[in-house]
Amino acid sequence: MSLHSILLKGGWVIDPVNGIDGEADILLEDGHVTQLGPELKVRPGTPVVEVPQGCVLCPGFIDMRVHLSEPGYEHKETVSTGLAAAAAGGFTAVASMPNTEPVNDDAGITGLVLARAAEAELVRVHPVGAVTRGLAGERLAELGELREAGCVAVSNGVRSVADANLMRRVLEYASMCGMAVIDHCEDVLLTQDGVANDGFQAAALGLRGMPSAAEDIFVERDVTLSGMTGAPLHIAHLSTRGALEAVRSGKARDFPVSCEVTPHHLTLTDDRLDGYDTNYKVNPPLREQQDVEALLQGLQDGTIDCIASDHEPHHYDEKLVEFDRAPFGIAGLETVVSICLDRLIHPGYLSLTRLVELLAINPARILGVVGGSLGVGSPADITVLAPDLPVTVNAGEFRSLARNTPFDGWALRGGVAASIVGGRTVYANSSVDGAVEFETVTSDQQ
Amino acid sequence: MSQQADSSLRDPTGPLVLGTTVGLRTKDLLGIGDLSSEEILLILDTAEAMKEVGTRPIKKVPALRGRTVVNLFFEPSTRTRMSFEIAEKRLSADTLNMTASGLSVVKGETLVDTVRNLGAMAPDLIIVRHASAGAGHVVARLCSAGVINAGDGMHEHPTQALLDALTIRQHKGRFDGLKVSIIGDLLHSRVFRSNLLLLQKLGADVCACAPTTLMLSGMNRFGVRSTTSVDEAVDGADVIMLLRIQLERMRGHFIPSLREYFQRFGMTTDRLRLAKPDVIIMHPGPLNRGVEIASEVADGPYSVILEQVANGVAVRMAVLYLLAGGHQG
Repeated sequence: MSLHSILLKGGWVIDPVNGIDGEADILLEDGHVTQLGPELKVRPGTPVVEVPQGCVLCPGFIDMRVHLSEPGYEHKETVSTGLAAAAAGGFTAVASMPNTEPVNDDAGITGLVLARAAEAELVRVHPVGAVTRGLAGERLAELGELREAGCVAVSNGVRSVADANLMRRVLEYASMCGMAVIDHCEDVLLTQDGVANDGFQAAALGLRGMPSAAEDIFVERDVTLSGMTGAPLHIAHLSTRGALEAVRSGKARDFPVSCEVTPHHLTLTDDRLDGYDTNYKVNPPLREQQDVEALLQGLQDGTIDCIASDHEPHHYDEKLVEFDRAPFGIAGLETVVSICLDRLIHPGYLSLTRLVELLAINPARILGVVGGSLGVGSPADITVLAPDLPVTVNAGEFRSLARNTPFDGWALRGGVAASIVGGRTVYANSSVDGAVEFETVTSDQQ
Repeated sequence: MSQQADSSLRDPTGPLVLGTTVGLRTKDLLGIGDLSSEEILLILDTAEAMKEVGTRPIKKVPALRGRTVVNLFFEPSTRTRMSFEIAEKRLSADTLNMTASGLSVVKGETLVDTVRNLGAMAPDLIIVRHASAGAGHVVARLCSAGVINAGDGMHEHPTQALLDALTIRQHKGRFDGLKVSIIGDLLHSRVFRSNLLLLQKLGADVCACAPTTLMLSGMNRFGVRSTTSVDEAVDGADVIMLLRIQLERMRGHFIPSLREYFQRFGMTTDRLRLAKPDVIIMHPGPLNRGVEIASEVADGPYSVILEQVANGVAVRMAVLYLLAGGHQG
């Protein structure tokens, strides 16, 4: 029996789960890791990929919050284009949000998303189901059916469940079904028709404000409910120092809470709104410098578990309107890695090991999916980083259909060399010398 | 760089002869935030000269002859639009009025397409009023016409602040150290934001007064004294500027009732006794009599409200003239 095999030779491997941080070879056979270690001896004739100088191999990154927008919003993004963007962004799996049209609150829609993902043959999709029917916040969705259909977690999408009693039951029921609840926390009565962080900048620009307290209050509420029910809760796109404190406090009391932050909340503040560029309009809104500093601290001390893009694509026309009327969202899949390398790794805030925890190990654990490890038997999902690659963000070349990014034109140090899913290269960056080698990594090869 | 106003403007006997290049640094006036104090003073000086045109039997000078000026008003406005229109006509410009009901916005055309279509017809200047902050910026980015912001949501209303400044200067002769109290719905007011910026640039001592619910977030970062006590705001004031309270503010839980607002914040003759004897009372209009201002004050000896309106035409003539480059057609 001959298994398709390929040897990734001479790369720097970071695999914290297995205690590896150094030069190592990886043998992939039939879509799985079968050997990992320095100077591997393999059967003669095994195809060898010489990992380009300077590249770092990590367990495949998992983006915990992506709006694939299909079904219903295919003008913004489809599963296929979203996954192409994910592959280019260095991700080997994404968790897709349920706020499609129709909402992913039944097996049929879950099945559709999985079928589209299978057709795309790119990056894995872990569907996140809706907690309430139609995401209306009124009645439980059939979480058991969603689980059976392939959902790995459930979420309220982009609106909180306002009714605390319902939220309690959501937590209990989802937990029974073995799924975490991923929570967008916002008291909409406080944010109302706000479009920017409620503070000096919004006041000066005449923009209606969304107070930090609106996020803090619901994070505090939901952390408390998680403690009460013992049900796992994951706070999406946490943006304020108050919300971070609430998570820290919950963790200190051993509540099963986790949280994620986005790259834009780590690098941008509300003073960017001067000029009314709708590419900066996002929910939660860009906050203040004190919040950014608190989040950096949270990344370092372990309070924050994951970094996620919250990729929210919009059609160009939709963002080309007055600030008040523009939809919220940043199409972030293709900039996560470069922003993290340039703003977190190179300045020395975090190590690459910690980054792998934030982008692979913890997402896999929270979603309850296989990933985050390159140990023997693991699926061959590998993110190959080029940590010193000079990258200039060019929204016009995004593989996403969407162009709504505040990072267009940014010159960053660090990028993606290749993305490998199940032993198949789904993306190889032609700007990286030698990355073309990775294009030989396909599961069809003899 | 801005320059002294052309002295030939002051010649009452002839047309305005515009030999020098007099103007502002940018093609647009989107906000006081973009103006230097020198530019503000240039506008005020030019407006003084323009006032004279309004006293002639033939209230016209050829300064903007052959120029096309479009008044693009997405929000209703009688006073501001008329003021701009009179200003434009006195400068001999060809004017067009496009108001919300007439625009294809009702057919779903976006602001961007409306402006692009308009831009294709090559107007020289566009005056924009819109309910969204930053709308003027959108228009200015999309076409090469000069854009004057006639009010963008809660953000700015620069020509209002300029006409207010002209009125203050006419009565007080200076700004430096002048105590100016602004009282009313500060939170929702573009007039407050523009006036605050302008008065601070010219060195006035501004006091902002409102119920706590109608203050701006981060008020202390604006570098302005603020108080919820109207007596404190009135005490020793040289200028008192009153802002409208809209009925909707009760629905948004900002004030319990107009009655209570008048009781606690309304300007009455009695409240004025703490102000300086030569205090002037201002209001951008329209007035809500018996809410933010008692009729006796609005119509009383301290009120300069109607002068503000008159100054509005002169200031807008000045801005149009300076943005159009001051060249004769």
